[in-house]
Amino acid sequence: MNVEATTVVNGAVGKGGLDNGGGRNRPHTPIYLDYQATTPTDPRVVEAMLPYFTEKFGNPHSRNHAFGWEAEEAVEKAREQVAAIIGADPREIVFTSGATESNNLAIKGVMRFHKDRKNHMITLVTEHKCVLDSARHLEMEGVEVTYLPVQQNGLVDMAVLAAAITPKTALVSIMAANNEIGVIQPLAEIGKLCRSRGAYFHTDAAQAVGKIPLDVEAMHIDLMSISGHKIYGPKGMGALYVRRKPRVRLEALIHGGGQERGMRSGTLPTPLVVGLGEACAIAMKEMPAEAERLKVLRERLYDGITRRLPEVFLNGDHEHRLPGNLNLSFAYVEGEGLMMGIKELSVSSGSACTSASLEPSYVLRALGVEEELAHTSIRFGLGRFTTEEEIDYAVEQVVSAVSRLRELSPLWEMAQEGIDIKSIKWAEH
Amino acid sequence: MSYSEKLLDHYDNPRNVGALDKNDPTVGTGLVGAPACGDVMKLQIKVGADGRIADAKFKTFGCGSAIASSSLATEWIKGKSLDEAESIKNTQIAQHLSLPPVKIHCSVLAEDAIKAAIRDYREKHKPAEAAE
Repeated sequence: MNVEATTVVNGAVGKGGLDNGGGRNRPHTPIYLDYQATTPTDPRVVEAMLPYFTEKFGNPHSRNHAFGWEAEEAVEKAREQVAAIIGADPREIVFTSGATESNNLAIKGVMRFHKDRKNHMITLVTEHKCVLDSARHLEMEGVEVTYLPVQQNGLVDMAVLAAAITPKTALVSIMAANNEIGVIQPLAEIGKLCRSRGAYFHTDAAQAVGKIPLDVEAMHIDLMSISGHKIYGPKGMGALYVRRKPRVRLEALIHGGGQERGMRSGTLPTPLVVGLGEACAIAMKEMPAEAERLKVLRERLYDGITRRLPEVFLNGDHEHRLPGNLNLSFAYVEGEGLMMGIKELSVSSGSACTSASLEPSYVLRALGVEEELAHTSIRFGLGRFTTEEEIDYAVEQVVSAVSRLRELSPLWEMAQEGIDIKSIKWAEH
Repeated sequence: MSYSEKLLDHYDNPRNVGALDKNDPTVGTGLVGAPACGDVMKLQIKVGADGRIADAKFKTFGCGSAIASSSLATEWIKGKSLDEAESIKNTQIAQHLSLPPVKIHCSVLAEDAIKAAIRDYREKHKPAEAAE
């Protein structure tokens, strides 16, 4: 079974053009280096999903016939697979449409249930927008929210967190791994602290599940958001882990037939559920080897660039970091301008110019990265199908584009002439 | 967001990249934008004895649209009188490069850079005019 599955992957990936094939040095382009944005669905996952679109199409909530039982069985198997990767009980898994919904359900659900007694929650300024926006929304409903700063390396200061928790704190929501800078928060320490102080601990683990080991028991996690498409599963699929012992109570956001123990009504999308389950099963099996391989590739990318280019800065902690994430600031070269120069590499930029606003990444700003450096940042996301040839090619492309754009940069020129850019009175616009 | 052929051409093959001696009395230098806002343009002009712009150079820190706008600006002002160069509007630059709406500010910056360079040149020549 395993051997057969692997063959399918190699074949499919080869067809997709990601495989280097034939030992050529120039990999097929464009090269995908944006795995924190999304991942391709693993061909093995797609294969597991397919029967549930057609012949096994039953409604998993149909209790009275074979089609329903067949779908229910598949859903329950997936629930076990998802639970297994985080050390949970299958009955603690609620399927949702994705991590955004899971975060909304966890945060609004817990706070709305508890706010009469405990109306305070804590989160970080570097959280994903869906966490911050949910918190903002709750503020309008009278919930008090504390947005904690992070240290220069992107990690929460445990002393600051401890000081922020009060007897009124119902929930602490701190992400497992950051989507921009990949830093991994000290989950076990946070969990222990929250448990001792009587606050629930929710973690947005969209970027972390399947990438680093997670254990809801050892880490004292009460709620955890999971995404399908960040772990080579389908888009439009996610899950929320909700602890049973001691039981976490929350108010549903979506009402209806009372599916998912009343926490999330609506007919489960069996093919997507099966896909999420299979993605978790594969990730659980391959995580140790994959993490090791990605770490080597990431260091190859980092060393390859920094050995040849001066004034390149790593954003976020180097050690406590997702294996597949590298976020660099290239001083004196604006991020979006750089992206145009490396258009064969599909990456993301923390520069303002990628959005309609003129504000650079709020995550980098929270780290104390100066605005001018925040504008020069690029996120490289490596993943399951990234090859060594692609990394070597990326190094060449980045080094050549940055060198060219620095020759074009008035700021680089000033720096070479020894002019302090901060001494100039710039007209902000 | 997709970019026009003309814009990509200016980004890939920028015209008139470089620097002129800013202390040369025939050179005017404009430096506009701010690093914190993500774009800075330096545009320089060298004015000939006939009062026309004999040469123009630029360097830009910014996105592709900013680089292309300043490259185009140097191309357009060469050979023009100061008054002609000063009358170039950002809308002409934006239209020529088919800039998307969120990039209009890049063309505004290019227009500002031209004006700033001309202003600098005129500042340098004020005393001479006054003595006349």
